Amino acid sequence: MVDIERQEETYDLVAPGQTYESVTESIGGLVLNNRISLKWLLALGFSACLLSLFVGAVTWLVLFGVGIWGVNIPVGWGFAIVNFVWWIGIGHAGTLISAILLLLHQSWRTSINRFAEAMTLFAVMCAGVFPLLHLGRHQYFYWLMPFPNTMGLWPQFRSPLVWDVFAVSTYMTVSALFWFVGLIPDLATLRDRATNPVARVIFGALALGWRGSALHWRRYMALYLILAGLSTPLVLSVHTIVSFDFAVGIVPGWHSTIFPPYFVAGAIYAGFAMVLLLAIPLRATCNLKGLITMRHLENMAKLMLATGLIVFYGYIMEVFFGWYSANPYERYMTFNNRMFGPYKWVYWALIVCNGLVPQVLWFRKMRTSIPVLFATALVVSVGMWLERFVIVVTSLARDYMPSKWGNYYPTAYDWATYIGTIGLFLVLFLLFVRVLPSISMSEMRELVHHDEHAPQEA
Amino acid sequence: MDQVVERPSAIEPAGAGGALYGLMAEFPSPETLVAAGRQVREAGYKRIDAFSPFPVEDLSEALGFRDQWVPWLMLLAGIGGCVGGFGFLWWCTAVSYPLNIGGRPLLAWPSWIPITFECTVLASALTGVLGMILLNGLPMPYHPVFDAPGFERASSNSFFLCVEARDPRFDREKTQALLASLGALSVSPVEQRK
Repeated sequence: MVDIERQEETYDLVAPGQTYESVTESIGGLVLNNRISLKWLLALGFSACLLSLFVGAVTWLVLFGVGIWGVNIPVGWGFAIVNFVWWIGIGHAGTLISAILLLLHQSWRTSINRFAEAMTLFAVMCAGVFPLLHLGRHQYFYWLMPFPNTMGLWPQFRSPLVWDVFAVSTYMTVSALFWFVGLIPDLATLRDRATNPVARVIFGALALGWRGSALHWRRYMALYLILAGLSTPLVLSVHTIVSFDFAVGIVPGWHSTIFPPYFVAGAIYAGFAMVLLLAIPLRATCNLKGLITMRHLENMAKLMLATGLIVFYGYIMEVFFGWYSANPYERYMTFNNRMFGPYKWVYWALIVCNGLVPQVLWFRKMRTSIPVLFATALVVSVGMWLERFVIVVTSLARDYMPSKWGNYYPTAYDWATYIGTIGLFLVLFLLFVRVLPSISMSEMRELVHHDEHAPQEA
Repeated sequence: MDQVVERPSAIEPAGAGGALYGLMAEFPSPETLVAAGRQVREAGYKRIDAFSPFPVEDLSEALGFRDQWVPWLMLLAGIGGCVGGFGFLWWCTAVSYPLNIGGRPLLAWPSWIPITFECTVLASALTGVLGMILLNGLPMPYHPVFDAPGFERASSNSFFLCVEARDPRFDREKTQALLASLGALSVSPVEQRK
């Protein structure tokens, strides 16, 4: 049994000395102990304050309408769409870790997939809030879905906005299923170890009576692999369709074929930044340094660097297309508007945050320094938000006709709603960490099993 | 290795218990479990099952499970979702409310690809998850094997093999001796509650 109280930093996949039992102890113990740490309580209290900001802002919005926001013609999209794209992009890293890295046999994904999937679910919830609020007439939200109605109408299925409804709702459903299926064996472990009778009943009901039968595992693994195979194109399709919301429109700066791949890369970039922002405090406060090791942090930093370079290439190509298209509107859009227009500081801040700062990750010393990683992830998160602001706002603010130009400035309600969703996300995440195992115990046992045999195979 | 093999007298059914469900043997590692499972099956037993805290490679093959329902169900549901989704879009756009946009074809299939794809994935994933749960007979809060001594370890760090009493070759003493000879840490009877 390893000393789980004091763990050294390690570059192994699993710290030496971990056994099936120590995995159950260190992960399951976090959920089953009765202690509520002061740090957790303070974090929850702070997040709940932000969440109450959200509740207040949304209540005001429902009472008085979207006029309390800064959106107007010509910039009708504003913060709502910026935040929608930002949040949904953050979710993508969770699916990438849980599905794509599983198919690619990247066993280092094992200790980060569970909480990354939870992050996906909560980020998609935060994302989903914005289009619903942005509708204006919130009470008719169900008109987005096809259903037989007295008007005899159907949604406009040729519109990317309707594709988006299907993509996001499917993504949310499949991510939730994938997450729950992964949780079933761990819920059974908690059922068998819980001493509190209420906890036993709750975990027992959620575990559905899982008993680890070989036949059950056979069907389970078949399902898990196929779900991973389905989630892989699904996650690519979701941000592709989000990018179609822009790329299908004939607006300068939007109508571009580079949008789908560059959006998907940007999503994964922002998502890994968020996984790092969550993993670093999680491993430090919950004694999980032996399970989420420096190897994991370094690998995530490498993925962030790689996707960041794709995104930076996207920025360069946008500028190149703007010039090479010889289209006066595209050229005006790229140079006079984005780079040196009314929002020039946002554009240059974005280049610094997403293009320049992450280049420090080329150096191993930087990738393995926790403060540098945390700061870089924070900068990238801000940068990706600025990117969506540039895309949404600059193009709409300077359209074809100077007579319909107009700037957009967010109001206090815009900020309150945005910061409020961060509160919603943090509250959900903190509750998740307390009541469910934040690392998959059954998959970690598999990893410990393979680790034991590695020297013999070599 | 210490073998705690219980004596035959210890496996007499307890007074309050019901019929014997089977014999449960505990093994120390996944490898010993797979080896034991293979030998029990080669000895001619059919009604056997193993329990492990994580999926063990080759275990279901060693026990002779050939079930392929989940992949087939998911494939069929995916095809159904694809055809159904596309058909629904066609019916809405071309039959129920035909909308002529600049004389373009009503069968606007390129713009239906995203939704058709999402319907495919959704139908397949929902069917797969429901199929896995229902084929496994879940939810099932109670099962006789939960009463086996030490079975709570099956979800953490121990490995079990169960030979059911309804197997035609089942003989309490012979089966017990076979399981004990395969390196089981312990062999205990499992009863069905009344």
